[in-house]
Amino acid sequence: MALYLSFKEIWRNKGRFFLFSLVIALITTLVLFIAALSEGLAQANRQYLEKLNAELLIFQKNVELSPSTSRIDFTKMNDIRRVEGVEQVGPLGFSNGTIVDPQGNKVLDVSLIGVEANKPGAPPILSGRDWTIDRGSETVIDANVANRSGIKVGDAIRLKTIQDSKEQFYNLQVIGLTDGREYMFQPSIFVPYRTWDQIRPQGVVPAQLVNAVSNVVAVKIKPGENMNTVKGRIDSQVQNVEAADIKTAYESLPGYKAQQSTLNTQKTFTLLIGVLVIGGFFQIQMLQKIPQIGVLKAIGASNKTVGLAVVSQIIIITTFGVLLGSLATFALSIGIPSSVPVVFSGSQVTVSILTLLLIGPLGGLVSVRAAVRVEPLLALGLSS
Amino acid sequence: MASVIGSVIETHSISKIYRTGNTEVRAVDDVSITINAGDFVGLVGPSGSGKTTMLAMLAALLTPSEGQAFIDNQDLGKMNEKERVRFRREKIGFTFQSNNLVPYLTVLENVELMLRLNNRYDSAGRGQATELLCRLGLEDRLHNMPNQLSGGERQRVSIARSLIHEPSVVLADEPTANLDTERAYQVTKIYADLIHEKNKAGIMVTHDLRMCKYVDKIIQIEDGRVVSSLDSPAEIEALIARA
Repeated sequence: MALYLSFKEIWRNKGRFFLFSLVIALITTLVLFIAALSEGLAQANRQYLEKLNAELLIFQKNVELSPSTSRIDFTKMNDIRRVEGVEQVGPLGFSNGTIVDPQGNKVLDVSLIGVEANKPGAPPILSGRDWTIDRGSETVIDANVANRSGIKVGDAIRLKTIQDSKEQFYNLQVIGLTDGREYMFQPSIFVPYRTWDQIRPQGVVPAQLVNAVSNVVAVKIKPGENMNTVKGRIDSQVQNVEAADIKTAYESLPGYKAQQSTLNTQKTFTLLIGVLVIGGFFQIQMLQKIPQIGVLKAIGASNKTVGLAVVSQIIIITTFGVLLGSLATFALSIGIPSSVPVVFSGSQVTVSILTLLLIGPLGGLVSVRAAVRVEPLLALGLSS
Repeated sequence: MASVIGSVIETHSISKIYRTGNTEVRAVDDVSITINAGDFVGLVGPSGSGKTTMLAMLAALLTPSEGQAFIDNQDLGKMNEKERVRFRREKIGFTFQSNNLVPYLTVLENVELMLRLNNRYDSAGRGQATELLCRLGLEDRLHNMPNQLSGGERQRVSIARSLIHEPSVVLADEPTANLDTERAYQVTKIYADLIHEKNKAGIMVTHDLRMCKYVDKIIQIEDGRVVSSLDSPAEIEALIARA
């Protein structure tokens, strides 16, 4: 009975309810895009670190886990390797460069990451091959570089970095392709650590590698070892370093938390606005329907029937609006260029859609309460 | 107190008292009436005389403050809220002054609504609803929306809705108040004919004595009390003539 009443009302007032569904659809699109932007920006920041084949990252002490500030020399890296429970260590160096065309025009800004082949931090090779020497002009590019620039395995690329205030150009051979591993909002190219130390932007180019220094050290722990125990050992046995698990490490990246909390606040406010808009619409409609509900109750419709009719109407309209908004978002997402950091992750989309479906009934609670409180005596123009 | 055998509506000294601080208002005061099946009664009186409050008590919308009210031998004062809702749905047929019809249901759906509420919506019920509406001259209006009808047509639909589920009692609150005189007489006659034909107990509240032309009995109320009860055609005609 309740469903019959709510369906009939919707069907006979299609225009009004469709317009309101459009409002819910717009809110849905906004929420889904904010969620996708939040995920996209987060991934653009943390993708490489999140996928690391390591459990711990070791930073210089008192640098607030900032990779660009941290410096760990190879002597200390050997100390870390010797800590009980550590299986393997790998130096990681982070800097930036620009891929340019033969005329020197910019093709793509990239994160230039130095790793040691087959050590923690080295990316898995999806196509092509791994490095065979620990220095040389060979690079592995991530899928984002390939997608945005069209560069493929076998190509030669020209990388520009700033050395001692001068532009320097390096020719690198692309030998392998790895999956998407963005770091600090830029697609990544990987080079052997010693090559990285030569070509990275710096003040004076060293004549030879005397005392190599990495930004951080990636640590793979032995199977069966407890990560926190090993972390504690490193902190206590190796001086002037600070160990962090991967999640803590990427959450400490400069601006990461501020950016995520900003976007989450936007999403929360949009959802809150959604609750108020839906609540307001159904409440206004309820106020217009009070005499009619009074008559329904006077002729024998129970509070349950009237309440359920309102709830089911809210659910139907919200579901339709959310569905419409989701389809619109999907359609819009097809046209978004790959450079825009928008990522629709299954879990984010599911949580957002479920939240949106919940805000309808939540916003409509006031109108359900109002419907249940309408006195049947109103039909006779009386009140108790 | 037991009810009189054969009567459908029976009240024993019922009162409705509203208290505000130390002030007490007796909207209905010590009213005892008996109405049998097939009786169409006009409950008349000036505005504020308590006739609508009386109707609300008989419809189980208000509980008497004092006295007892029986419909079909059921004591209305002893019902809880859930029982009152069910009672209204099954035993009462209502016609109101305005806002009678559900605006998003067609004429036929509005009448069928009572069958749906009573879980009696089937092909036989649908047939009866159509037939009743046709009898009321609404055969061309079955699928129209309420806002496409005239005032008189809307009241006729409302009458059909009040009778379709075979209630024991049909109650009408000023059903002709918004109609012109000719349509008002038409509606009252239809109402009276159906009540007699279907052997229901019917009460029509009105402040317009002229509308009592087709009733079997007139109960006059003033200041919440019954001041006269007329049931002979001559007395009724004389009262209407004086109006």
